[in-house]
Amino acid sequence: MTLAQNAPQLVTAQPLLQIRGVNKTYGPVTAVQDVSATVYAGEVLGIVGESGSGKSTLLRMMNLEEIPDNGTYTLDLPEVTGNLFDLDRFERRMLCAKRIGIVYQNPHLGLLMGHSSSGNVAERLLVAGERRFATLRAKAMDALAASEFPLDRLDAPPRELSGGMQQRVQLAKAIALEPALLLLDEPTTGLDVSVQALVLDTLKRLQQERQITMVLVSHDLGVIRTLADRVMVMRRGQVVEAGLVDQIFQDPQHPYTQQLVHAKL
Amino acid sequence: MSLSSLTKPWEPMSYGFLDPSAKRELRRKMLKAVAVPGCQMPYASREVPMARGWGTGGLQVSLTLINPKTRVKVIDQGADDSVNAASIRRFLARVSGAPTTLDTLDADLIQSRHRIPEEKLRADQILVLQVPNPEPLRPVEPNMSIARQMHGDADYGRMWLQLYEQIVRSGRVMQGASYPSMVNGRHVMTPSPIPRWDVPKLHMAKHLTILSAGREKRIFAVPPFTRVEPLVFDDVPYRVEEHGQLTCYRSGAEGFFMNEIPQPDGSALHEISDSEYGVKHIRTAQGEPDARGETWYQNGQMEDTP
Amino acid sequence: MSVVLEVQSLSKGFTMHHLDSQFAAFSDVSFDLRAGEFLLLKGKNGAGKSTLLRTLYRTYLAQSGQALFHSHHGVIDLLRAADVDLALLRRTEIGFVTQFLTARPRVSAEALVAEPLRLAGRSAQDALDEARHWLAAFGVKESLWRAYPTTFSGGEQQKVNLARALILPQKLLLLDEPTASLDVGARAALVARLAELKSNGTAMIGVFHHPDDVADLIDRVIDLTPETSQIEERQDVVV
Repeated sequence: MTLAQNAPQLVTAQPLLQIRGVNKTYGPVTAVQDVSATVYAGEVLGIVGESGSGKSTLLRMMNLEEIPDNGTYTLDLPEVTGNLFDLDRFERRMLCAKRIGIVYQNPHLGLLMGHSSSGNVAERLLVAGERRFATLRAKAMDALAASEFPLDRLDAPPRELSGGMQQRVQLAKAIALEPALLLLDEPTTGLDVSVQALVLDTLKRLQQERQITMVLVSHDLGVIRTLADRVMVMRRGQVVEAGLVDQIFQDPQHPYTQQLVHAKL
Repeated sequence: MSLSSLTKPWEPMSYGFLDPSAKRELRRKMLKAVAVPGCQMPYASREVPMARGWGTGGLQVSLTLINPKTRVKVIDQGADDSVNAASIRRFLARVSGAPTTLDTLDADLIQSRHRIPEEKLRADQILVLQVPNPEPLRPVEPNMSIARQMHGDADYGRMWLQLYEQIVRSGRVMQGASYPSMVNGRHVMTPSPIPRWDVPKLHMAKHLTILSAGREKRIFAVPPFTRVEPLVFDDVPYRVEEHGQLTCYRSGAEGFFMNEIPQPDGSALHEISDSEYGVKHIRTAQGEPDARGETWYQNGQMEDTP
Repeated sequence: MSVVLEVQSLSKGFTMHHLDSQFAAFSDVSFDLRAGEFLLLKGKNGAGKSTLLRTLYRTYLAQSGQALFHSHHGVIDLLRAADVDLALLRRTEIGFVTQFLTARPRVSAEALVAEPLRLAGRSAQDALDEARHWLAAFGVKESLWRAYPTTFSGGEQQKVNLARALILPQKLLLLDEPTASLDVGARAALVARLAELKSNGTAMIGVFHHPDDVADLIDRVIDLTPETSQIEERQDVVV
């Protein structure tokens, strides 16, 4: 038994992201059950859980790819008001293009594999309305450089690149418009351990330098520990525990979290 | 009263080959297409005695629009005398009794593959273009359901991505034909595989253009006096083929779109692509009265559009 | 001096679900801490000294009691504060010093040390200058300042860690055996820095294997060994 948390007292700013009471069922399957989440500007929220725990569904909701059966989603941004789940497809698309970046585990979901890498980044800018070639080129190069992509492969198509490089292209695309929110869905899963470390390192540096607000989903506790400030542990569509990252790892309360942490260490 | 007095006498086929319900559907879809310029309308492409991909879309539109007084011109890559053009022209005449012509100025209905004639079309003329691939988004979005949503949202960013890729790979826009163009500021269309040279002719043109893809079952239109703007970057201007300075080796005509004829010594000769305009040019040079109409391009330059 | 921390009836135990067992670390601990005060935690191994520090830092969750911290923004109960509040306090007012460095690949020693200052809003150059000053003070060779601490020996890493942990004056500093296996020069630098921070008003709670290292700083001692009543003793009586 531990003590209940009070509402924030020192941090008076509105949370950047607030999700309240979302449920999502697919026929008889409950993917997400009464989940709420809060993310403050500049922090990294990790969501951990095994496959099928609903963590990716929750992330897709944050990217407005998935609309829950009920619940609300707000972002504290200028010109963004109301429950974002109520936006129509067009409004959703513009909001996501301009304010939210995402890196998927599977680069095929986020990239045009046959187009050039710089073109993949430029696409984001094109969707937002940029129509000058020189500007597109320069901004795409900046974003690729920031995600530590080797610039001599600037125009190579992602299908000719290694998995780690593909993730860097996805990352460059995600940050090209300096999004208010960066969503990472298992960004390093499936990469070699050494490549994984480098991609994580890039993410960490970007976070430090630009204070990007991130939501990171992973089943890999090491990834969560490296990047996250706070952690939500999900199981069977519900949040079983949430806390500061060191607390979750060193003093887990819920039996499931203990099992998860002990299995790792 | 007998049954025969109430029915029409038996005929081997309907007037204009297509049955009335097919023509009615096409007319309705053409009206829709005119109402929403550049927007692709689906239609039930019928069988015609020609293989899909050989101009069946254009043929169905022509068969629907034709009447015994319609003077028909059919061109293929600018030429009236290619096998395909000649076959379609003869077929149209046979099933409708309509007169045919080679002269652009004389024609009421022009069915064309891959070219727009060099002489300006008038408000009373209709141009029918055969379209192989009506979907401009196909190269950037293989999923047609999503492509349709993108049209609905006017989400055309990726079209510029295609141009970006060409400049990155080749240093310039390589799109030679089917150059994606914004129609009436709303829908991006592929203007069928006409060269870049011909795209400006559609902009604010006096005539009606109907584009029809038989295999893909899509019909779209550029009504008279409609803006047709090729997609470009703000800092990379649209350029037509550099044919303005070329001279036709047969007719001596200069400043029009040319076909290149490679020579054994590695050089090339050029021949005017609009064959009938070349013929008119030769006749004029031989002293016959000048039958040439006003052209879109003058001295190799497109006149300023209104 | 003003009160910084009021701890009342603080208890902590661990539940291990897979063993279906519980064990208590410490219970019913109470004390006050004033600005500029140094409190030494004493007790046998396993008495819960480090656990108490981590409970106050919220790495561990307490089971009962309260710990009122008088922050610059007002009084807040560290045991019940929202995670984001605690994250803010950790950045600005509460420091935790261990002997272990959490090095990050491809981040130089000086950048690592300067980071707390940069996060607190100091200019990059300013932060870097001060970082170098403290690296020098703790005896890290100048040739190593721009190198990556991931490759350093344990001793050098520890010095970088101390420089980083102590560069930004905090209101409350939790010290978890920072002197262990530290060489003499660095130890002296550490004690000097702690004395400086203390005289500037930083309150400290420390766990030391060899309290003699910091004998001159200690104001009070709490013994966490079970079965002994929690006697607050004066420093001169104990050490």
